[in-house]
Amino acid sequence: MARLEIRNLHAEVADDEEETILEGVDLAVESDEIHALMGPNGSGKSTLAKVVAGHPAYRVTEGEVTLHLDGDEFDEPIPEDKRTWDLLDLEPNERAALGIYLGFQYPAEIEGVTMVNFLRTALNAKFEEREELFEDEEDEEEAEEAGYDTSPMEGPADEGEVGVAQFQEILRGKMELLDIDDRFADRYLNAGFSGGEKKQNEVLQAAVLEPEIAILDEIDSGLDIDRLRDVSTGINALRDEEGSGVLMITHYQRILDYVEPDRVHVMLDGQVVMEGGPDLAEKLEDKGYDWVREETYGTA
Amino acid sequence: MSSEQEDLKETDTEERFAFKKEESSAFKTEKGLTEETIRLISEDKDEPEWMLERRLRALRQFKEMPMPTDWPGQPDLSEVDLDEIVPYIRPDIDTRGGVDEWDDLPEDIQDTFDKLGIPEAEKKALSGVGAQYESEIVYQNMQERWEEKGVVFCDMDRAVQEHEEIVREYFMTKCVPPSDNKFAALHGAIWSGGSFVYVPEDTTVDMPVQAYFRMNSEGMGQFEHTLIIAEPGSEVHYIEGCSAPQYAAFNLHSGGVEVFVKEDAHVQYSTVQNWSKNTYNLNTKRAIAENGATMEWVSGSMGSKATMLYPSTILKGRGATDNHITIAFAGEGQDIDTGAKVYHNAPNTKSTIESKSIAKDGGRTNYRGLVHIADGAENSSTSVECDALMFDNDSTSDTMPYMEIQESKVDVAHEATVGKIGDEDVFYLQSRGLDDDDAKKMIVAGFIEPITEELPIEYAVELNRLIELEMEGSLG
Ligand SMILES: Nc1ncnc2c1ncn2[C@@H]1O[C@H](COP(=O)(O)OP(=O)(O)O)[C@@H](O)[C@H]1O
Ligand SMILES: [Mg+2]
Repeated sequence: MARLEIRNLHAEVADDEEETILEGVDLAVESDEIHALMGPNGSGKSTLAKVVAGHPAYRVTEGEVTLHLDGDEFDEPIPEDKRTWDLLDLEPNERAALGIYLGFQYPAEIEGVTMVNFLRTALNAKFEEREELFEDEEDEEEAEEAGYDTSPMEGPADEGEVGVAQFQEILRGKMELLDIDDRFADRYLNAGFSGGEKKQNEVLQAAVLEPEIAILDEIDSGLDIDRLRDVSTGINALRDEEGSGVLMITHYQRILDYVEPDRVHVMLDGQVVMEGGPDLAEKLEDKGYDWVREETYGTA
Repeated sequence: MSSEQEDLKETDTEERFAFKKEESSAFKTEKGLTEETIRLISEDKDEPEWMLERRLRALRQFKEMPMPTDWPGQPDLSEVDLDEIVPYIRPDIDTRGGVDEWDDLPEDIQDTFDKLGIPEAEKKALSGVGAQYESEIVYQNMQERWEEKGVVFCDMDRAVQEHEEIVREYFMTKCVPPSDNKFAALHGAIWSGGSFVYVPEDTTVDMPVQAYFRMNSEGMGQFEHTLIIAEPGSEVHYIEGCSAPQYAAFNLHSGGVEVFVKEDAHVQYSTVQNWSKNTYNLNTKRAIAENGATMEWVSGSMGSKATMLYPSTILKGRGATDNHITIAFAGEGQDIDTGAKVYHNAPNTKSTIESKSIAKDGGRTNYRGLVHIADGAENSSTSVECDALMFDNDSTSDTMPYMEIQESKVDVAHEATVGKIGDEDVFYLQSRGLDDDDAKKMIVAGFIEPITEELPIEYAVELNRLIELEMEGSLG
């Protein structure tokens, strides 16, 4: 059971102190839950997602982002003193290793790097980084004094690597689940993908990397109805099969017909101003964000 | 990936690419270039009179020509002091023109080549190895079935002796005459070693011919000459690879390559070069393609202090084709000026040029290219694409794609991009678990993928590892 907690988070644009975007965000997501984060354009949803993932374009000026682990998330039990992580102290790849996943609103296109090569590299990098994060410092020190790097019982560093054949199997399984064309695996990462394919790919990557907490930014925009269904299947499977917690950023009620959220949060001007159950999303659909504004600031 | 390839990947590249050996040379020429030096070189090689004459004429042309300084944005060559070069060094061995057996090589040379992975490469079905140690080929190995087909692959010095008439006809006469440029003239005067490849009519050399060479002596010049003759309907893929150890003193490499692609023949010439960071790499490489012939250049330019390298193809025959793929990498203090030249001198000729360059830590890359389409070369087409990737704001990338189009019925396409490595791209990969360094390496590997996919696997791996090594210097 993992829990992501965002408390009183303030952030500004790193090279422009005048530009404050997040003004005290509070929000928490747990394993096995799906949350929807809604709000008008420009309210800071994507910024929140990127700050949690560690994007260098933003500077946090106040607040905390913590990840609490139960101890049974990964292959090896996690010692008690390594279950709470202050994410703001960590590099983006370290956050990924602990189980934070960001599905981008605008995924990058990387030419010349095949999906299969990229994802296998990412999965292995994640495992390797995780090992480092959970390595016992005392053991390390002892080992160093004794003249070796790690415990002599440990095999070569890459012994635990997911091999090519094994990975092909994993990938094929996930692609089937999401009803994705076989040829996807050998295409270059997002290069020349349609908007819908990119979104589908963000969910596929989440399925392969099996995060504790997945933040999916406008995963439903630009999808036709068939793909919306496939993507929704993928998101539900993240929760139901991997036990991931999902924070789904969306504008529309539409996807919520396929993925039922446990909680709905509404963001306005850099803060979460409303929270509720699935019915809140319906209310928003009816009344629009002007209603949120009125409720928040009083009549305009 | 097979386990063999994995093995290759696992080899400690640092060790493979940065080492040097104690010199044990029997013979060093005097510093500075005089007629006497040239005579000495020629005499030592037992060359026929005509070759000596050619060398002397080239020397005279060299002395008359000024250093090239008038190209816009060209690398600074003021440090090239030709009097300081010991132009000719041969390994300490008894046999002239090399040995046939691996075991006959001196131990330290064997060791050097072990590190370069040659015996393994050979086991991996490479059909022959011509390895130039310092200035002279010391190891040659040719498979019998080639000989049966009449294919010749030997070192250039031996070719002068054993295939005199062919060499006399083609050597620096029609393709790269010494008058071409100052460094071609220098090369003509003091060339030594290199490879000679002759492929008879309708013969296919089905496995790549390979040659490795490296520089291993302070202040020496490397002036190897490669002559490839592909008779009508023949096909050959020639691969040249080299990796130089790192020195503090000054080095010059000025090789010459001449390729004759006869009617309907097909030649691919692939190079991965990694000169030490003090080397001036100034080469002249040119091919002449006859009717229906295809010439392909694949070059990876790594290392060196400055490189000026523009492989050229003269599309002389109707329907001839040229493909250029080049990649350049410039780090701190490096100026890599590379490109391509194509002359469309006949109708229905076709060329494609694809260039990728990477600059970091204040390095400079420049794509300098020329496509010339002559009056009357109708229905010809050319496509030029050059992409430059910069790691930081200190680095520079220029593109100078010149076009001289004298014919109107032609199809010309040109595209150039210059960009900095994208922060968003790096963050995207980081958010998936790759650290900053690995993310950048992956982006660079993807950027050059169109090149590496053209190379045999050993070279693709080597090129990728070289670039990773270069990047580690700055990213580590
Ligand atoms: N890197 C940045 N530099 C400057 N302004 C930014 C940057 N990122 C976001 N913003 C601004 O912050 C506000 C919130 O943006 P964003 O988080 O993308 O909103 P949302 O995802 O809710 O539409 C917008 O006004 C946007 O222009
Ligand atoms: Mg957004």
